[in-house]
Amino acid sequence: MTDTAFAPHETDPALHDKGVPSHDTSTGVSNEKLAMWVFLGSDCLLFGGLISTYLLLRHRFVVGPGPEDVFDIPFTSVSSFVLLFSSLTMALAVGAIHRGDERRSRTFLLTTALLGAVFIAGQVYEFTAFVKEGLGYTTNIFGSAFYTLTGFHGVHVSVGIILLLSLVVMSVRGNLGPERAETVEIFGLYWHFVDIVWILIFTIVYLIP
Amino acid sequence: MSVETDERGAAGPLEPDHEAHQHSHPSDRSYIMVGLILAVITAAEVSTYFFEDLSTTALVISLVPMMIAKFAIVCGWFMHLRFDNPLFKRVFVFGLLLAVTVYLIVLTAMDFWSSGYGT
Repeated sequence: MTDTAFAPHETDPALHDKGVPSHDTSTGVSNEKLAMWVFLGSDCLLFGGLISTYLLLRHRFVVGPGPEDVFDIPFTSVSSFVLLFSSLTMALAVGAIHRGDERRSRTFLLTTALLGAVFIAGQVYEFTAFVKEGLGYTTNIFGSAFYTLTGFHGVHVSVGIILLLSLVVMSVRGNLGPERAETVEIFGLYWHFVDIVWILIFTIVYLIP
Repeated sequence: MSVETDERGAAGPLEPDHEAHQHSHPSDRSYIMVGLILAVITAAEVSTYFFEDLSTTALVISLVPMMIAKFAIVCGWFMHLRFDNPLFKRVFVFGLLLAVTVYLIVLTAMDFWSSGYGT
């Protein structure tokens, strides 16, 4: 900690009343958590670019099927509910580990990973169906923009599943007690971010023609 | 919606920091309520698909506020931005606003908002 350190709790005593913990860092908050928020803030730019590109290109094709020809909204809606529900189970996992209930936290982490896997399975099925309908990655510019956007999101979900499973393994080995609750919380932030990106994609890409 | 925080005792002693932090977390019941609200909004979004005579403008007007509401609820409750240190909110909102601003400029520069775009 430096002499010029900024400690929010010194400048804003109300933070103590709100139960916000102080950390022995120059910002007064956890560096790891702050790093995750910085990453998520920068990831907004990545997905903003992909969504904008999709919006600009989705109707600029001359061959092959377009969005109206391939999208199966009822199926994608089920996938959306699955991912939304996984966000709830993730929040419950974080709550459980903060209370010191490792068993419950492990169960919710595993449930979240399974729901994520169901979402990815749905995405693979959807992509396969689109290819069978004649929409490959290079069929037209809509296909390229769509697969790039949703594919990047799918990769994020897949990374999230790996992170969740690693937490489950840590928990099984007894290395994920309440003292490491912040680790679960940080992974949870990533998972919720994946969910909010899907909230945008589902509305902008699928529901608005 | 009132915040119901969970102050139940943990299994075993916790660090002081950790103990203070758990008090700032909503209870499981609050999380489930938030999840139900999100599910209802999503159902409302999906229902617009079955109104085939809705114009694109009407869809945008009805869907975008619901999308923003879901986004804000997940950020505020599940990601704890409502309860956590304001620094996290500032960092994330900065990235988000930067992205929105930059890409709105891009879409405008590409004439995306004109009625004949893409046709």
